[in-house]
Amino acid sequence: MPTSIGLEKLHELVGAGAQLVEVLPAQEYRQAHLPTAINLPLGKLHESEVAVLDRTRAVVLYCWDAL
Amino acid sequence: LSARAACRLETLGFAEIYDYVPGKVDWLAHNLPVEGERAAPPTAGRLMRDDVVRCAAGDRVADVLDAIKDSPYTFALVTDETGQLLGRVRGSLCSESDRQRPAGEVMELDPSTVRPHRSAETVAKRLADKDFKWAIVTTPEGRLLGVAWREDLKSAASEG
Repeated sequence: MPTSIGLEKLHELVGAGAQLVEVLPAQEYRQAHLPTAINLPLGKLHESEVAVLDRTRAVVLYCWDAL
Repeated sequence: LSARAACRLETLGFAEIYDYVPGKVDWLAHNLPVEGERAAPPTAGRLMRDDVVRCAAGDRVADVLDAIKDSPYTFALVTDETGQLLGRVRGSLCSESDRQRPAGEVMELDPSTVRPHRSAETVAKRLADKDFKWAIVTTPEGRLLGVAWREDLKSAASEG
């Protein structure tokens, strides 16, 4: 079950080596994204695409806002 | 989007998944750095200054007024020990009888604020509409970040 987090926990997880993933479209990612984040748009979350992620480490996902 | 993406990753066998629900706008609203082609647009947070007088609610008004006189502002901002904005002391609204009182008793409780990711153009226009010189910049939780000057915002907006 994915866990919802806020900014403080985000800092903690990234500091501990979590992988940060922006799921917005590539154009929005190119304009501005969180440092170290990679881009995996929601529509491309296929087995082959997520192979870039390390399954042994935590993954933190984000989009634009809570809506 | 991120909630659906998290469920999708779970389906694909990932075990430790977190959803930063407030998202990129929350990150920007805390004036944190980003990377990318538009990583440094002119915003209130990029242009704000950090030279406003800050005081505690228990500070004597006389001391606060002295500090205001030595600053480029006509007011001081009252914060708690964590930087949370509590109010504003305006020099022009303090009388002689207020001088020995604590700032917390004379401060305005409702100064308007803006978030740091707001564009320079938007904030400059808002200030011009109200004939204000400054915008107080805080995080979404109300922690004071600084003060953006209308002239700085206007100048950056015209350049951008």
